[in-house]
Amino acid sequence: MAKAILYDSTLCVGCRACESACAERWSQPYNKTIAAEEKLSAHKVTAVQTIGERFSRRMCMHCEDPTCASVCPVGAFQKTALGPVVYDESKCMGCRYCMTACPFQVPTYEWGKLLPRVKKCDMCFERQSKGLLTACSEACPTEATICGERDQLIAIARKRMADKPDGYHHDIYGLSEVGGTSVLMLAAVPFEQMGWNTKLPHEALPALTWRALSMVPDVAIAGGVLLGGVYWLTHRKEKVAAAEGRSKSAKKAAAGDASCNEKECQ
Amino acid sequence: MKFKNLTPWTWLFTALMLAGGYAVFVRLFYGLGAATNLSDAFPWGMWIGFDVLCGVGLAAGGFTLVAIVHIFNIEKYKPILRPAILTAFLGYVLVIIALMLDLGRPDRIWHPLVMWNPHSAMFEVAWCVILYTTVLSLEFAPVVLERFRMNGALKLVHAISIPLVILGVVLSTLHQSSLGTLFLIVPNKLHPLWYTPMLPLFFFMSALTVGLAMTIFESWHSARAFGKQLEVGLLRGMARVLAVIGSVYLALRFLDLYRRHALGYVFEGGTESWLFGLEIALMIVPVVLLYQERIRANSGMLYACAMSVVFAFITNRLNISVTGMEAGSGTHYIPKWTEVAITLAIIAFGFAVFRLAVKKLPVFAEA
Repeated sequence: MAKAILYDSTLCVGCRACESACAERWSQPYNKTIAAEEKLSAHKVTAVQTIGERFSRRMCMHCEDPTCASVCPVGAFQKTALGPVVYDESKCMGCRYCMTACPFQVPTYEWGKLLPRVKKCDMCFERQSKGLLTACSEACPTEATICGERDQLIAIARKRMADKPDGYHHDIYGLSEVGGTSVLMLAAVPFEQMGWNTKLPHEALPALTWRALSMVPDVAIAGGVLLGGVYWLTHRKEKVAAAEGRSKSAKKAAAGDASCNEKECQ
Repeated sequence: MKFKNLTPWTWLFTALMLAGGYAVFVRLFYGLGAATNLSDAFPWGMWIGFDVLCGVGLAAGGFTLVAIVHIFNIEKYKPILRPAILTAFLGYVLVIIALMLDLGRPDRIWHPLVMWNPHSAMFEVAWCVILYTTVLSLEFAPVVLERFRMNGALKLVHAISIPLVILGVVLSTLHQSSLGTLFLIVPNKLHPLWYTPMLPLFFFMSALTVGLAMTIFESWHSARAFGKQLEVGLLRGMARVLAVIGSVYLALRFLDLYRRHALGYVFEGGTESWLFGLEIALMIVPVVLLYQERIRANSGMLYACAMSVVFAFITNRLNISVTGMEAGSGTHYIPKWTEVAITLAIIAFGFAVFRLAVKKLPVFAEA
């Protein structure tokens, strides 16, 4: 059901039409200088990169179980049913945990602004809600970037690889990385040669935190009860001692003497 | 701080506050980009790594002593309880100041109160900071209320003191460990010498060691500055506990490395290996020394050992937040001078307020 993007780097000619369309969609300036910056930044939500004679494209991967959405303390990120992971800038307080946590190092920050926001691709959520294509896939002249249902795109990717077995590294990047992503990518060579991180776990990352966080209520309750118990025990001794007629001060003095005798404070 | 006769310390303090003030101006009026060397690849730097992670840890003396005195009812430690609570309270206030400068939108620092995401470790951190700072202010309140003889309010605070104490210790435990939980989400970025599912436990245990070390450190300085007798007997007992917790902590760290097949990285020889070695050495040496009666009886050695534990702790937190994250982020980070200036100014401010509070309030005059 959910929307996705398929980026086939073997078809990419590096024309940067996607970059330009994306900049227009975000109402951001786009010129030769910006085109030459081959990395994601607050003014460049997608970036085409030159890898030798090949091209690669960077953008938000729109994880199925997004790390950014799980780490954001105020829930500014949300995985929509439609597929895109969207960001609500009115909630964000700028802790930048999403940037630290993102396994693909995607979210960027408006470092130069006094009221900065996180910037990342939202897979043209508004356009897709209206049934339109993403700006990048509409602009792509070679079908290197196409969008559609994730299942269909996986089928298309498999068909392309089957039709042209020599032209592809036979794997789909994003199929299972960090539990699967809504952006799928194909390459002619092993993925690490494209600069795509192949060391990522194949399970979604949020579970790593949840294993610890889900223990918090238990630790809090057990800790509270335990400490309360210790308090009761240690203070009960005192009451018993008082009841037996030994005053606290006398006990204290005795304890002081004892500690003096064993150490060298004669 | 004697402002009448200008000591070198006064000059240093003034210089740090001026430099820090200018840095704050740059941060507030020109933004994070102008005031820091942070980048998209390295969004957390010195303010998170030192001011927040270390600040919270160095405040751990507060809950450690509160638990010892109030819950375990070991009354002989009472004379150093108030200075420890004051340090913890100041520490948390300073952490909040640092956070206000680090957050991109400090005006929205209250958002976690109403916008919840219980799946976020940062959400837990935010709530722990808010609640524990409240608890600490209430734990310190009697000192202020005594000074101004507000007996009604004093009675009220005393009435809730037991649940307050328990709540404070629980919150601290959660907060110290939750700072470790923050890094559980970056298995691909944090170097294997530090990334482990045990991070929350290790953060808590190292906070205990530094809590005890900071108490020794504070007692030593307070005794010097105010011409009071150093409670060597008390500190010796504390040093013994520190040695035990420290050795369990170290043993677990290495057991964990062994179980994750990461021991090889220790001898790899890169920046990570060396700084890991530094962190461990700064911890092993005092722990071994403090097992010896002779060392514990010597107040100078006691102080040196406590300082070593504090530096081990700082190295550990900076290793996790900076050293261990650099390779995984594919970048290097060195703080800008403004970042350092603000950190130093915050520390200087903390020292000044501590001195002032100790002079004006009955911090050392425990009933």
